[in-house]
Amino acid sequence: MSNVLVLAEQRAGTLNPQSIEVVVAGQKLAAALGVELDIALIGGDIDAAAESLASVKAARLFMVSDGALEPYRAEAFDVAGRTLVEELKPQYVLLPHTYLVRDYAPRLAAAFKRVLISDCVDVRRDNDNIVFTRQLFQGKVNADVLAKGDAPHFVSFQAGAFRADQLETDGAPSKQAMNAPFDAAAFKTQSHDPVHEMADGVDLSNVDIIVSVGRGIQSEENVEIARQLAKALGGEIGASRPVCDAGWLSSDHQIGSSGQSVTPKLYLALGISGSIQHMVGAKGAKTIAAINTDPKAPIFAAADYGVVGDVLEVVPALLEELQGGG
Amino acid sequence: MKIGVLIKQVPARDSELSINADQSWIDEAGLEFESSEPDDYALEAGLQLKEAQGGEVVAISLGPDRVDETLRTALAKGADRAIHIVDEHSHGLDPLQVAGALAQVAADESFDLLLSGLQSDDLGYGQTGVLLAELLGVPHATVVVNIEASGDRITAKRELEEGWYQSVELPLPAVLTIQSGINKPRYTSFKGIMAARKKEIRAVPSQEVMPADLSSGMEILRVYVPEVTGSAEMLEGSAAEQAAALVEKLKYQARVL
Repeated sequence: MSNVLVLAEQRAGTLNPQSIEVVVAGQKLAAALGVELDIALIGGDIDAAAESLASVKAARLFMVSDGALEPYRAEAFDVAGRTLVEELKPQYVLLPHTYLVRDYAPRLAAAFKRVLISDCVDVRRDNDNIVFTRQLFQGKVNADVLAKGDAPHFVSFQAGAFRADQLETDGAPSKQAMNAPFDAAAFKTQSHDPVHEMADGVDLSNVDIIVSVGRGIQSEENVEIARQLAKALGGEIGASRPVCDAGWLSSDHQIGSSGQSVTPKLYLALGISGSIQHMVGAKGAKTIAAINTDPKAPIFAAADYGVVGDVLEVVPALLEELQGGG
Repeated sequence: MKIGVLIKQVPARDSELSINADQSWIDEAGLEFESSEPDDYALEAGLQLKEAQGGEVVAISLGPDRVDETLRTALAKGADRAIHIVDEHSHGLDPLQVAGALAQVAADESFDLLLSGLQSDDLGYGQTGVLLAELLGVPHATVVVNIEASGDRITAKRELEEGWYQSVELPLPAVLTIQSGINKPRYTSFKGIMAARKKEIRAVPSQEVMPADLSSGMEILRVYVPEVTGSAEMLEGSAAEQAAALVEKLKYQARVL
């Protein structure tokens, strides 16, 4: 039976941490299927990233290295991905659900008349079936999904779906270089080197108390009460993505997979539903307290203390409590 | 520039969702529907490009009859016309089937640029736009936070993680998926609502454009509400009682205040 293939992601020689989580998923799936796990790296100079996988429990480590892959260009990754899948004929192709994978993997899957079973949070064996779990409606609903029909099947996993510390490392995958037919003249697009843009410098990484606002704050004006609360607690204000998208706070306040990762003593989440993308940035907090109107909000699964209520009522009460010296 | 904007209709954001009897989908009875929020940013990006460059914006949606209302809102915001691919069971479709139907319609229209939100608020596959690009044989860029159009080329700035961005130049025609926050979606005006009444929504039965041979290799077995498995200590009472209890816990139990 054909193998499981993990397409790991690296940038400038460093393996993306989510890729390790997907290798863990791959090790579990390969064991459940009784097949071997292969890993592939695609990129320009990938030797350093390959080195960091040298002792991972896997059968083979394929390396597709070419100048056409640096900087990242969807068309070139497409060629590399198609070559790998055509040659290795894996049963399952597993990927981290990163912004890079979102860009090239759906097209790769479509080339094999498949969808990308994207952003999964779990995989398990159920009798003869391999069942993947996806979140719908921002985590309010789950779906169990079956990959059916002939291989290959393409699956991406959400950050945090598997734990990197469960990686099996008693292996020595054999390294194999693989060539892909890049034809630079045929590429329609032109990619430029990635650039790092710092916003105006709100650094929440070393703050002890963060009061973080989500959509439940309802308006830009209401952000003020969260500011007051942060001030009363001697902390800083953070936010979930929708609040920054709406322009209520600048994007340098954003916490989550596309913002900052924080490790405060107290993370007080106001009107934040608690999507995995957000919690990736907040899970390092020592204590999490959450206020939300929806008792089923995923934030309560991650929180130490929960208050079901309207932020606009509970926060003023908190201010009164704190200022009252209570 | 002839711009097509893909708009999906989804349950209103704060809807209380429950699961239907056979666990195949949510129970839609009594729900209100609206455009998927990321698509609002895509529509606004299309309207701004048209205002800068001239041309036409066509709003396209696939779904049951109720989708007309969402398309009418897009027309009120400034889209010139709309195409409704009518499918009463659209939630059972996977993104490759949806992209297949969209590709058929888009090929007939010969758009210069197709825009969609980066993912939908309901199924969240995040790939309909990319699949559409593949089926049309045109280049694409995803998670776009800035668009510059110059002649028959587009420069799209893509967001990567952790504050990194990458610019990519694409020849038209092309497909872009738009990151939320790229712009400030406009509200509908009374004048816009009146103007929208006279604009065309062309209905296309999905069976006329749905490719028969697309097997996506995916099936939803069941949907369910996930159990909240955490151990959060829930603080009850009035807002004042909850606030007092929370401060007490944070001070004397968690010792973080």
